[in-house]
Amino acid sequence: MRPDPRGPRRTLAALSAPMAFLAACAAGPADAGGSGGPDPLVVFAASSLTEAFEALGAAFATIDGGVPVVVNLAGSQTLAAQLIEGAPADVFAAADATQLARVADAGLLAGPAEPFATNRMAIAVEPGNPRGITDLADLARDDLLVVLPAAEVPAGRYARAVLAAAGVTVVPVSLEPDVRAALSKVTLGEADATIVYTSDVAAAGGRVTGVAIPADLNVIATYPIAVLAGAPAGVDAAARFVAFVRSAEGRRILADHGFDAP
Amino acid sequence: MSRRDREGAGRRDAGLGPPRGVAVLAALAVVLIVLPLVGLVLRAPWSRLADLALDPAIRTALRLSLTASLVALGLSVLLGVPLAVVLARVPFRGRRIVRALVLLPMVLPPVVGGVALLAAYGRRGVVGGPLAALTGVTIPFSTAAVVLAATFVALPFLVVTVEGGVRQLDRGLEEAAATLGASRWTLLRRVVLPGLAPTLAAGAALAWARALGEFGATITFAGNLPGATRTLPLLVAVELERDPELAFLLSLAMLGISVAVLALLRDRWLGGWRGGDADRGAGGDA
Repeated sequence: MRPDPRGPRRTLAALSAPMAFLAACAAGPADAGGSGGPDPLVVFAASSLTEAFEALGAAFATIDGGVPVVVNLAGSQTLAAQLIEGAPADVFAAADATQLARVADAGLLAGPAEPFATNRMAIAVEPGNPRGITDLADLARDDLLVVLPAAEVPAGRYARAVLAAAGVTVVPVSLEPDVRAALSKVTLGEADATIVYTSDVAAAGGRVTGVAIPADLNVIATYPIAVLAGAPAGVDAAARFVAFVRSAEGRRILADHGFDAP
Repeated sequence: MSRRDREGAGRRDAGLGPPRGVAVLAALAVVLIVLPLVGLVLRAPWSRLADLALDPAIRTALRLSLTASLVALGLSVLLGVPLAVVLARVPFRGRRIVRALVLLPMVLPPVVGGVALLAAYGRRGVVGGPLAALTGVTIPFSTAAVVLAATFVALPFLVVTVEGGVRQLDRGLEEAAATLGASRWTLLRRVVLPGLAPTLAAGAALAWARALGEFGATITFAGNLPGATRTLPLLVAVELERDPELAFLLSLAMLGISVAVLALLRDRWLGGWRGGDADRGAGGDA
């Protein structure tokens, strides 16, 4: 603005504090990763798998023949698009067969896709259900703000299937890019209700209340997992991780996070 | 321009120019910025150009984006010009702090802006909470939220540009007018604002472009619904996963808009190409 001889030096001094803070923050996890160890396995996982795959990754790093795992989380359709655009990854765990098939059709799989978990849908409402939402038909009430996962993500497709089965038409106020974004609108108190996986309700702890959807209207979402061709960490390590996810120990971790066995 | 270049060449011959490595790094800097844009132009499906005008999803998003960004621009001018005049002309305690606060959205990660807007205007927010309790009106998920997010990020661009413009004005003119008996309002209306027109146009172009491109704060604070809050940048993100070709096409269109804004600003920022008056105005401040 005005020439100020103290300017540049003062700017640098002011910047140094936040930079030092960020550097200190960054140092922690980098040490945990272990420099000089084996390459970490890069796993692309559907956003509903967030906590489950972070736990699976941590457990896999400690077993015989295991390596550290880095998990990239997003909506399955975002992950599929990233992989098709050439993102380097070792394993893809999707929330439905459609998004995995897109990657398979692009010739990017090293082996067959295998189911490893199932999930169901539930209505997520604010803690204690202050608006008295008891079934899918309530979501059509015009005094409620309802968000849904976008139709492009598996959760959005399942949510629409569930609503169609119940013969309910919902006018959502927002279509969120992945299931966790939809859930967060309820945990933040901006929306009254959304439809997510039962595992998401479990993951949110007390920050939302789940309203069950009857089995005859519900869907069973099957999650497939596959090793990617040209896995940077090696197809062997990737296959060991897939086997671990599908082992008894992997099933136990998934069950802890609200997923059922396929 | 040519005289300047010759002088530059002369200096290099005498061994006084920058070392060769500087030119290499400078060229790399240009490549770093230009290459992605070239990639976009090459990869965009030009044969589907007509879709830009015909696709109903694009038309809906375009209408919303134009409306929201123009309203945001109007708000930015209405509030930003007075703020710029005050910051430039009225000395008061804490002026530097006010300026720093007002410019904060320029350096804030957009998603953080969205979280902050939720904290203020969300249903649980400082303002949004009482507002919802008293009137039942909620701001998130509405077009008003899109406008608010766009104004939040665009206003600083207008303020910083116009404030620089006010500082450059010839105060002699105003003193003369005041001596001749012009009131403060007349002074503002007849002397200050006309002198400010070029800077105001530049600030408005920058602010509008920023408002039109707003993504992070919008998706966080306003949500993503066709016709209500799904602006062009949000549509690009959606289409990237549904119809990537269309996303490239839309990105190309937005690149075109950005180029048009730069063309509008050419006298200001690209002036050096035509005779070296690049320092005119407040470009250096932004």
